[in-house]
Amino acid sequence: MSRFMALVGRDLRLAWRRPGDAAVVLAFFVLAASLFPLGVGPALETLARIAPGVLWVAALFAAMLSLDRLFADDFADGTLEQLALAPLPLELTALAKCLAHWIVTGLPLAVLSPALGLLFGLDAASIATLTASLLLGAPSLSLLGGLGAALTLGARRGGALLSLLVLPLAVPVLIFGVGAVEALKGGDGVLAHFALLGAFLAGTLAITPWAMAAALRQAVE
Amino acid sequence: MFHDLGFEVAAGRALLLTGRNGAGKSTLLRVLALLTPAQRGEIAWDGKPVREDAEAWRARLAWLGHADAVKGDLTVRETLEAAQWLCAGGPPSRALWDGVLARFDLVPLLDRPGRYLSAGQHRRVALARVALSAATVWLLDEPAAALDEASRQSLHAAITDHLAAGGIAVIATHGDIVLPGALALDVGAFTPDGTVSLEAWA
Repeated sequence: MSRFMALVGRDLRLAWRRPGDAAVVLAFFVLAASLFPLGVGPALETLARIAPGVLWVAALFAAMLSLDRLFADDFADGTLEQLALAPLPLELTALAKCLAHWIVTGLPLAVLSPALGLLFGLDAASIATLTASLLLGAPSLSLLGGLGAALTLGARRGGALLSLLVLPLAVPVLIFGVGAVEALKGGDGVLAHFALLGAFLAGTLAITPWAMAAALRQAVE
Repeated sequence: MFHDLGFEVAAGRALLLTGRNGAGKSTLLRVLALLTPAQRGEIAWDGKPVREDAEAWRARLAWLGHADAVKGDLTVRETLEAAQWLCAGGPPSRALWDGVLARFDLVPLLDRPGRYLSAGQHRRVALARVALSAATVWLLDEPAAALDEASRQSLHAAITDHLAAGGIAVIATHGDIVLPGALALDVGAFTPDGTVSLEAWA
């Protein structure tokens, strides 16, 4: 456990030393979302209707931006070889890096979303639901993204390939995340969507660490 | 790369891997570290194949590859501490830490970020990481690359101490490492296209 936390701490420290990387992701999220009112027009009822989908898609794309460096730096400077030989199982190593990625990317995106919700004229209950769905959905994105990053490690133009690989896998998260806010507006139960988001997270948590470890072993070979 | 290659290294002994560029020195080291699977053959520790307990084998290894695994954004202290936590699950003992840092002359560099270090200084940090680990088996790939004369002497002293404590070292080298009493293996002699092929002699 101490090794796991030491690795998370190291990744957080690295992110702290390069605040620009995380800032670019957040700036992209804000910019992409705020372009929609300019494109669609300032009618508040239209904006409030499309807001959940727009914010979720913008968050998804923003998260993609940060993923290609997840393992690439460690791969390039030889740290990945050390990690592969360390006593900590590579599955947990991958999980630790995804956890750090979520703290640096997913969490700030979710925290920032209420401000953008206000911009789109969402009511308080919808904003709360949207933020909660992002909080619950973002860890799945970090895990799926980690899998994509591990699989495309060392590939030329890995960033584009990564998005092509991860975005289809992230479709369920998008559907249930947006669905939660839509259900609230329609007066249906929100809980079902949260339960499905949680189930999806549990599923990715159970599968992706092993897949990431296998991909990383291939990469260092 | 190579075939029909076999060796045995006893505790307290070093094995120097030599051979021309591309002979497979690094590959052999990677096979020993289980980073690259061998097509055939077996690695054994105390007579037992290491495949049976790969975790225990990895825990005995310290690895120094071509890349130094030094982060540009972390200071030397942070790099070494993070590596130590990862391999030992805790901070190193004070005496070991002081001794290794003094040996590789890293004390003045402790708070300098990795990106401000020269290639030789990077190498010294990587060597300090190996020396700080409690590993029995050191696998070193060209450890003296980019080192100046004084650092090379420190490296020799570190390896000698490690061997005296009952450790094992397998070192790929182009002749810049000279250890009295070390075994030597010319990997090039075991390659199909090598200048001296065992099959050609048979």
